[in-house]
Amino acid sequence: MIINLAKSSYEKLVEDAKERFPKEACGLVAGTKEEKVVEVKEVVPMTNLDDSAEHFTLDPQEQFKVAKEIRKQGYELLGNYHSHPFTPARPSAEDKKLAYNEELIYFIISLAESEPILKAFKIEEQELVSELELQIENN
Amino acid sequence: MKIQVNGKKVEYENELTVKELLKEEDVDMPEMVSVELNGEILAKDKFDSQLIKDGDQVEFLYFMGGGSNDGLH
Repeated sequence: MIINLAKSSYEKLVEDAKERFPKEACGLVAGTKEEKVVEVKEVVPMTNLDDSAEHFTLDPQEQFKVAKEIRKQGYELLGNYHSHPFTPARPSAEDKKLAYNEELIYFIISLAESEPILKAFKIEEQELVSELELQIENN
Repeated sequence: MKIQVNGKKVEYENELTVKELLKEEDVDMPEMVSVELNGEILAKDKFDSQLIKDGDQVEFLYFMGGGSNDGLH
């Protein structure tokens, strides 16, 4: 599976992670999905209820609202993203434990290095992690 | 009965509780799901007893969270 992400969406995601640094940023990712190609069309920053540098929780009420807006636009909810302000772009033990939905794509953006690093994952059985191919496209 | 689940029209022969509906919708961990019934978030302790009726609009989504610090870094 290849994920295509417009550069403008990538930049929005990076900006959100940097703006909320040193706390964790988080949000939802929407777009279209075919058998082998996923097109990200929208990145929606969301409240981090934990307001923490080490944890994030999305607000269910806000999730419902955004999920409906996503559908109105003709897109589907593809997954979520969050930042790792000080650690690498890979799912932590906590990320895996809380990955209840195997259908979702989990985007993680790390600010641990001099340049942001964004990666995308599938997580199965709250344990098995596979990295997905991510392509950032010029608009 | 005809209902909407996450924006999609679906039909069930009989009335269901929220818990039964989640099972029908292949939700493995209902305890990790939030449910909105006709625009109102439903308390988890009502999943067992709350009946879904014809025309209802049901939304459900999984808890989403995580954390960067797992003690391994």
